[in-house]
Amino acid sequence: MPKVTIDGIEVEVAEGTTILDAASTAGVHIPTLCFLKDVQAIGACRVCLVEIEGARDLAASCVMPVSDGMKIRTNTPRVRESRKTVVELLLSEHDGDCTTCNRSEDCELQAVAHEVGVTENRYEGERSKRALDTSTPALRRNTGKCILCRRCVTVCSEVQGVTALFPQNRGFKTVVGPAFNKDLDSVACVQCGQCGAVCPVGAIIENDQIEQVWAALGDPTKHVVVQTAPAIRAALGECFGYPPGTRVKGKMVSALRRIGFQGVFDTNFAADLTIMEEGTELLLRLKKALVEKQEAHLPMFTSCSPGWIRFAEYFYPEMLPNLSTCKSPQQMMGAVVKSHYAQKIGKKPEDIFMVSIMPCTAKKAEANRPEMNSSGVSDVDVVLTTRELGRMITQAGIDFRSLPDSTMDSPLGESTGAADIFANTGGVMEAALRTAYEIVTGKPFPFENLHVKPIEGLDGVKEASIPITETVPDWEFLRGATLKVAVAHGLGNARKVIERIKKGEVQYHFIEIMTCPGGCIGGGGQPRMTGNDTRKARIAAIYSEDEHRDLRKSHENPAVQKLYAEFLGHPLGHKSHEILHTKYAARAKLKAR
Amino acid sequence: MLTDKPDSACQCTEAASPEELRRRLDEIIAEYKDKPGGLIPVLQIAQGLYGYLPDEVVRHISMALDKPYSEVAGVITFYSFFSTRPRGEHMVRVCLGTACYVRGGKQVLDAFKKELGIEVGETTADRKYTLEVARCFGACGLAPAITIDDEVHQRVKPTKIREILAKHMQPAAAAKGA
Repeated sequence: MPKVTIDGIEVEVAEGTTILDAASTAGVHIPTLCFLKDVQAIGACRVCLVEIEGARDLAASCVMPVSDGMKIRTNTPRVRESRKTVVELLLSEHDGDCTTCNRSEDCELQAVAHEVGVTENRYEGERSKRALDTSTPALRRNTGKCILCRRCVTVCSEVQGVTALFPQNRGFKTVVGPAFNKDLDSVACVQCGQCGAVCPVGAIIENDQIEQVWAALGDPTKHVVVQTAPAIRAALGECFGYPPGTRVKGKMVSALRRIGFQGVFDTNFAADLTIMEEGTELLLRLKKALVEKQEAHLPMFTSCSPGWIRFAEYFYPEMLPNLSTCKSPQQMMGAVVKSHYAQKIGKKPEDIFMVSIMPCTAKKAEANRPEMNSSGVSDVDVVLTTRELGRMITQAGIDFRSLPDSTMDSPLGESTGAADIFANTGGVMEAALRTAYEIVTGKPFPFENLHVKPIEGLDGVKEASIPITETVPDWEFLRGATLKVAVAHGLGNARKVIERIKKGEVQYHFIEIMTCPGGCIGGGGQPRMTGNDTRKARIAAIYSEDEHRDLRKSHENPAVQKLYAEFLGHPLGHKSHEILHTKYAARAKLKAR
Repeated sequence: MLTDKPDSACQCTEAASPEELRRRLDEIIAEYKDKPGGLIPVLQIAQGLYGYLPDEVVRHISMALDKPYSEVAGVITFYSFFSTRPRGEHMVRVCLGTACYVRGGKQVLDAFKKELGIEVGETTADRKYTLEVARCFGACGLAPAITIDDEVHQRVKPTKIREILAKHMQPAAAAKGA
């Protein structure tokens, strides 16, 4: 193992370790900008320059591997001046309207400029051309702010396998964007927002819709209610200085009440409802295939993640019959609120304003889909990301950290632990298995602490086999069968699974796909920056949410049971079909890899 | 690159039907599909066939080579050689590489702009000429250099431009005279 000296500190590191990582081992911090741990190390921005004894030029530490005996210095006059110049040149091109920029508080360019000691703009140069892309409901692009770090390109192509973004043109005219600088809306973009989640500056941000919510809250004719996705409670605290993985559900509910929402509901309620519908749908598909010997379009894919839905519509239209017809929990909640809840409180659906707090930018696009209007008006009126809610709480003058805990409204705020885990990769599958297994076998779910270990964690593709040894009479045909399931997160991994299925290399009955790495807890609308450590911390918080519950299986949710008794009838019944299920359509395909 | 067959292909296929062009394009794609670095030659040949790279051709290439549209567009917009707009019958490229630049390439370019009445990237109203800038033909020793279609002209002076264009317009007459 090579031994190196960094600023006089000797460390021994594994062969192939970069100087940046070796420095970190030695406790030496090197500033970076284009580097993104586990995703991108390309040495493009040159901020991480270091001096190597005996080498003529400075080296980009994020890509330069160490060699034995290397003597590295990270804090010499030459290094300091070079880094500073590099950042000053970036700033000279950057369209930096910092005072009003969405990223003013967490801008990495600003942070690195402070870090390397930039105190004035020494270079007045030509600025990058500002072109605004407001074509999608989810995202806003401003090319003038882009510093060409290519993190978004790498995430979009290598992590998500979508490649909607790529550098266009050359030299100073280079723009990172869709083909030929078209709008995002006119290319195959799934609007997952992972580009914006990794953007170091304000070049790609969520479509900020806070004002629309304030307007509704100020409108006396509107009854304004809110739902929050499972993943928010494990991340919102980060907007107020809590470490990742701090559970803030109680404070979040208090904040939403203080903002003025007249109903605070839990998307988790709808997640439990989703399990009832989707679990039943899976069992009926199995029955169709095994008993009726008809085409049942197996494996069935989950349909909660709107980025995945758009991905399938663009790239795998032949798989659309395999997608569960269930609306996502967000849309189910909206549909129930604007039908059953509206009736109960004596309001017309159009007088109810449904706001969703989602970890996701694609949810903004989902809520915009014209077919998502089972009551005649949009199921969901406005979707705010976790980040937007954080800003809204600040705008409202609420001191989040000092808030007391409170609980969601009943019955649409009632849920089980199975709904909590919708927030992370493997969770929807585990929730579905907890219920489907008990329906089929009539026995308690036989996994320790109800967790299916093989489908937990951050591996890209996970699988599990669940043998069914005994059944209740209704599901007799499943006796002796083994249910094979798979879980993929990150659309690049979804693509891998689908390609293997198409080649006949693997066979599954049920597959969970979450668009974003780590699942919704790593969504495109979550507080930045979400690396694997943050993902793990949030996932741990979500499992802890689940484990602290009395009820941890969706079919045990009394509020959901009551909704079926009072309103829906039974899972996949007529009413469910009308308001809780949907259809998909192939989108104009422009092949992207 | 400029003296390769692809660029000259346009003259001999002017009358080809869209189906015929597509058939030829697909042949080329089949030839390059599994070769690393196949995208650039396919684009070059496609531009030779069509005279430029129409959007539907770019999309077709993207699909057929299984390359993302944004990446194909990235390559096309990176190289000044590629054009997504229809071009004139003849392509005038003025080199502004370092050697040509310091030896008056800029003045030669200005002279062409004036003579043809167009800016860089534009095509004359009669669709005869398109004017482009190039970065080095490898003829630095004889700078400033230009090309008209496949023909390289060296040590070009701004005052000689009309003569070069006139000569180029009558290749047959010039041949007869020789």
